[in-house]
Amino acid sequence: MLSKQRTFEIFDRVRKYSKADETELIVSGAKSSLTRFANNTITQNVSEENYVLSVRVNLDGKTARATTNKFDDDSIRRVVESATALAKVQEPDPDLQPVPDRSAFDPTGPVVARTYFETASIDARQRAQGVAQMVNVAKKHNLTTAGTYATSESVEAILNSKGLNAYHTQTSAEASVTMIADDSSGWQKANYPDVRLLDPQRLGEVAAEKALASKHPRELPPGKYTVILEPAAVLDLVGFMFWDWGGQAILDERSFLNNRIGKKLFGENISINDDVYHPLQTGCPFDGEGVRRKRVPLVENGVVKRLVYARSTAEKVRQSEYVDKVGPVEPTGHGFPIPNEIGEMPANIVIASPADKAQTVDQMVASTERGILVTRLWYIREVDPYEKLLTGMTRDGTFLVENGALKHGLLNFRFNQSLIHMLCNVEAMSEAVRASGEESFDMVVPAMKVRDFNFTEVTKF
Amino acid sequence: MKELASWALNVCNASGVQYAEARVVDERQRALATKNGKIGTASDAESLGIGIRVLADGAWGFAATEDLTQIGVETAAARALEIARASATVKEQDVHLAPEKSYVDDWTSECKVDPFSISIEQNLDLLMKIDAELRAVEGVTLAETNLNFRRYEQWFYNTEGSDIHQLIHQTGAGYAAYSFAGSEIQKRSYPNSFGGQWQNKGYELIEELKLVENARQIAEQAVALHKADQCPEGRFDIILDSSQLGLQIHESVGHPIELDRVLGMEANFAGTSFLTLDKLNHLKYGSDIVNVVADATESHGPGLGTFKYDDEGVPAQCTPIIKDGQFRGYLSSRDTAHMIGLSRSGGTMRAEGWNRVPMIRMTNISILPGEKPLTLEQLIASTDRGIFFKTNRSWSIDDKRYNFQFGTEIGWEIKGGELTRMLKNPSYSGITTEFWNSMDAICSRDQWTLWGTPNCGKGQPQQVMGTGHGASPARFRGVKVGTAYKGAE
Repeated sequence: MLSKQRTFEIFDRVRKYSKADETELIVSGAKSSLTRFANNTITQNVSEENYVLSVRVNLDGKTARATTNKFDDDSIRRVVESATALAKVQEPDPDLQPVPDRSAFDPTGPVVARTYFETASIDARQRAQGVAQMVNVAKKHNLTTAGTYATSESVEAILNSKGLNAYHTQTSAEASVTMIADDSSGWQKANYPDVRLLDPQRLGEVAAEKALASKHPRELPPGKYTVILEPAAVLDLVGFMFWDWGGQAILDERSFLNNRIGKKLFGENISINDDVYHPLQTGCPFDGEGVRRKRVPLVENGVVKRLVYARSTAEKVRQSEYVDKVGPVEPTGHGFPIPNEIGEMPANIVIASPADKAQTVDQMVASTERGILVTRLWYIREVDPYEKLLTGMTRDGTFLVENGALKHGLLNFRFNQSLIHMLCNVEAMSEAVRASGEESFDMVVPAMKVRDFNFTEVTKF
Repeated sequence: MKELASWALNVCNASGVQYAEARVVDERQRALATKNGKIGTASDAESLGIGIRVLADGAWGFAATEDLTQIGVETAAARALEIARASATVKEQDVHLAPEKSYVDDWTSECKVDPFSISIEQNLDLLMKIDAELRAVEGVTLAETNLNFRRYEQWFYNTEGSDIHQLIHQTGAGYAAYSFAGSEIQKRSYPNSFGGQWQNKGYELIEELKLVENARQIAEQAVALHKADQCPEGRFDIILDSSQLGLQIHESVGHPIELDRVLGMEANFAGTSFLTLDKLNHLKYGSDIVNVVADATESHGPGLGTFKYDDEGVPAQCTPIIKDGQFRGYLSSRDTAHMIGLSRSGGTMRAEGWNRVPMIRMTNISILPGEKPLTLEQLIASTDRGIFFKTNRSWSIDDKRYNFQFGTEIGWEIKGGELTRMLKNPSYSGITTEFWNSMDAICSRDQWTLWGTPNCGKGQPQQVMGTGHGASPARFRGVKVGTAYKGAE
């Protein structure tokens, strides 16, 4: 793993070759391994170690970036020259900010400790043992199984010529498992920085339970139903709206929040924060310029309160017609590395659980006269960007709920559902948990019971 | 590079592995983009490393490193071996490799003008001209343009004696105009959505695309969509433009024919396939005029799925997938070929880069054009009542690749053989085999375009791969239209 001291040494070499007004270095990379299995057999088993250095220069009001994974002097010189050449030929950008100074990432601020030796030291044989636990569950129930067991140790560092330096490492341990019966399946996934929290056997057991309980699925006509969305299904849906949550998206008029900030867009029970410091969150406490991330309340009791901002976006919004319409405007530490077209986004989402009203999924089922329990969603795509109309499929554990109990498995549905309407129709929530899906980044979200969820078609399985 | 690979293969041979291969990849990319008259992206990237795949004790291991010193490469090879032996502790059967000859060869994709030789000023000037054309239209609220160039050089060696060098140039370009008004965001893209058109070509592709010439009309359409009628709901005859048909092939033919999906190897993530093994040579996939091939050979054209050898050293091939409507073939690899009775791999193993393991991927999955001359205009003229769909906006399909729903950026109603009113938010949906069996006309070779999809995701860790899809406009009878907005109020 690249040490903090080593990033200083690399930056010294970068600066030696740079004649730009300002120079920034991002070093990132990981040691990562992933063991993949299917049909109760390990089918793919990979490991890599790769680090990249990415240099940005600011030159006469212009900026550009070049990246390499080669750390020798010639490569560093070449990457600095490439960035300089790309910058030189541009027109000056009046919105370009100078690189931030060291105060942008105050090292005495909140600490996130997300590196665990126990995770970093897992080897191929131990990953195989984790897989074997899931395979043994499958064999016990006469099922076949497919999934992954992955570990990594990653680093991210930013240094610039004004003395800013920020360095972060973290580990990750993740298992995902699908249990497959003749005409049904079940799925579970989890991800933690500390491998000791990962329980492949338990994930396998829950997935197997779902596969067995949804055997011989029956067809239900499409229509509007009350649904109970497990946390993975919730995060995969709501993830589609956070790309719109930056100031740049508002300036570009590509956000569904244009003309909606400060308004009550969702139900009273919806409050959302972006909070990298939350104990169940992961990630880096600084952004693509090295600015420390702030906790940002995005939604309070259904009202869209604030956006997130990179430094230059905050300045542009301050100078724009939006300045009085979007709540407090300040750099929040959510910018992507510059240059980029997106600007910023919140990626440490925490959806608040209702104080003292949280229900377990079992309680939600028990309180439902007729509805559908959804384990997982798949292939979600945006149909309408302003109404946030999404389409996608259910998958790997879809059940009819009747009179407070799971009745049987269902053939999978296609949905076409507005996220805005969905978050107006949330009748109950569980405690928020750290959840992993496949369509969006990990979040801290509750399960949700939602009325009038719009299924438009049924598939053949 | 041969010496690098020999360090890896010597470690493997000394340990008595059944098979090993080493791929050294040197990759360079340039991305330039503008947004509303300003540079959005200006970046160069390069990456060099080695990936080592080992078959030992009947199971696979793979390790990759950027450390190209002898100790770095030998350590990675030893790690790949250790991983393979760990894999062997959880298996129900050994991996069986189909035999393949060894090859010593050197191949370069056709590239008339090296895109990296074009000055950055010239590229930015082109993008700014397009941007100006787009934003000259009142009502355009966001204009985005992009140019992308990639140089991918690979040296492949295996323990069977292959020594293959390949160099591929890829070029991509496109743009989009957005218009926000009232409660709608509308968008038009050219020549295709999500990055435009991509091929295994040099800068000559940029000159062929007539980017500036088409910008004004595209921008006008983006604005005009606000006043267009909502696409109706019901069953209609539909005509898909060739780019949308290309994506339809990708999703509802290309993915379900991947043999690893069929065999359950992707069940946890990408899913499986409705094309179970019993359907080979027995399923009427489409109507009699549906003919689809998986063709990675140069003769098919400069698609993103064109190469001379795949990433396990198997020569490029043309495999019939659907012949006269009958399902005839899968995409296969050396370790899956025997499962469908093939004596040899179909040559479709591809890796995103040096640090990714090769897996079964689409090559160029193309529908063959109609044999009789038929232009798009003639096809529309022969349609009494229908809808013409152009340029993809959204796409979704279930994990067995059966139920799909697509939306396009724009549509037009067809009445009495003519395009009439513009339609916004057009969408159609269906079941794969029902849809392909409803195809009753396809335009001829002069209407056929080999589209590039640069962003096909598959695998864990996910790999992004470029695939090619040749298509000409085609007509489908009685398709469900407009469901995407049904009940969305």
